[in-house]
Amino acid sequence: MKALVPHLAVLVALAAMGFLLPPYHHGMMARVLVMAVFAIGYNIAFGYTGLLSLGHALHFCAGMMACGIAMREGVAAGPALMLGLAAGGVTALATGLLALRTAGVSFMIVTLMFAQAFHLALLYYGGFTGGDEGFPLPGAARRLFGLDLTQAGPRYAVALVLFGLVLLAQWGLVSSRFGRSLIAMRENEERSRMLGYNPFTTKLAALVISGLCAGIAGAAYGVLFGYVGASFGTTQYSILPMLYVLLGGAGTTLGPLLGAGLMAWLIDAASGLTDSPLAVIGVTLIGLVVFAPRGILGTLRQRGQKWLP
Amino acid sequence: MAAVILEAQGLSRAFGGLRAVDNVDLTLQEGEVHALIGPNGAGKTTLVSLLSGRLTPDAGHIRFDGQDITRLPAHARVARGIAYTFQITSIYAGLSVFDNLALAVQRSRPRDLTAAVQAAALRVGLEGELQAEAGALSYGHQRLLEIGMGLALAPRLLILDEPTQGLANGEINDFLTLVRGLKGTTVLLIEHNMDVVMALADRITVLHFGQVLASGSPAAIRADAAVQAAYLGGADAAD
Repeated sequence: MKALVPHLAVLVALAAMGFLLPPYHHGMMARVLVMAVFAIGYNIAFGYTGLLSLGHALHFCAGMMACGIAMREGVAAGPALMLGLAAGGVTALATGLLALRTAGVSFMIVTLMFAQAFHLALLYYGGFTGGDEGFPLPGAARRLFGLDLTQAGPRYAVALVLFGLVLLAQWGLVSSRFGRSLIAMRENEERSRMLGYNPFTTKLAALVISGLCAGIAGAAYGVLFGYVGASFGTTQYSILPMLYVLLGGAGTTLGPLLGAGLMAWLIDAASGLTDSPLAVIGVTLIGLVVFAPRGILGTLRQRGQKWLP
Repeated sequence: MAAVILEAQGLSRAFGGLRAVDNVDLTLQEGEVHALIGPNGAGKTTLVSLLSGRLTPDAGHIRFDGQDITRLPAHARVARGIAYTFQITSIYAGLSVFDNLALAVQRSRPRDLTAAVQAAALRVGLEGELQAEAGALSYGHQRLLEIGMGLALAPRLLILDEPTQGLANGEINDFLTLVRGLKGTTVLLIEHNMDVVMALADRITVLHFGQVLASGSPAAIRADAAVQAAYLGGADAAD
């Protein structure tokens, strides 16, 4: 239970930031929290189970689309979010059933291919999905438990509650016996098989849990920021959670948040200095790979900070 | 007379043109320690890989506890009680000794995992190393951890593939005590160290070029001229 302390400390700090931050950073931080939920999902698949997927944009965008289209058709935000959650899980189950017949580089390519096919399908059926341009969600529909999500305060609160729930769920998962079997798949699949663990079903379960996180993150992103579109299904959105996780520390519970937060701050800071902020990001990532290949928290943990969850 | 726990009939497996295991029959009695010996390349590891499900046979049948398991995947065989310890040490090098053992122990869903893991560590003398990273253990301790993980599954049949390879003499004696203390577990032991084989085995099967050369009590095997010839390297004497 010792590991509960850092988690709660982070959540308390985030709650305090909700009151202290100026409006601009307030909105940015809400975005970071939602993207951190996405990254936690990615962390469960990649950081803990060792499944390097290049197609998580599919689950994120499927969640966003399911939620957004449902709301456009008159469904309330709460049930629509649940639809988004389900869409993330169902797409992860469907693609996982096929992609997990492969491993390593093939797995990366198959997941990438699924995500590309999904993105192209969204564009092809643009009349229904809004295609390239997407569609806005009417402000009147963006209400949850009586909170008006077009307002910064409630928006931050909802993002924080969602993040808190997913963060604690992730911690509960990875410190459970099932979580240990996920890590075992990453560390030595053949040994795990000879201890009686079915690699296929174990990894599939990890992917579905990961997809659920991505789906609810996508749905929440749509509801909180009022826009839904196929652009969230591009490869960029498969790469982002991976970068967050690599930066913060794959296989650490707080790495996804740290990575998402740092990356947002870096892009923001770099935009003030140069016209090509992504170049700064590139240099940062190269530095990371050279000096701290396990990410920030992963490297700290390796260097003796064993308490880090 | 003890019951038959595992029965293999006509097992064959070829790699390219090489018949690594060629029409092998093998019967294991419940509770016995059965040694599998033979020169390098005789097909011992291939045979136990077929039994544990890491490889599928080209021909033949395997029955475990009265049921046909020939087509069962490896993880399902483990669930039925067949545990396999690797010849080349295969542990979770990046995880703690506790986690390594817990991954085996938690298969039987104990209520108190910590106590069960400590008991499993005690059996192989690793109770002082629980928090150590497994990859940082000495080679001998890694072998013991490997065996400890197999034992922690509480298997009905434990397949040990060259368990004493690389162990010091003192560790080998501990290993002998450990295997003698197993009650009700059938052991299939691949071993090159003949002292260990003679100390433990109730029965011995000798493999040579993928075929069973001889099978019987240690005394009978020791007296068998064909076995002597095979081990001395005179392959033609075995014909």
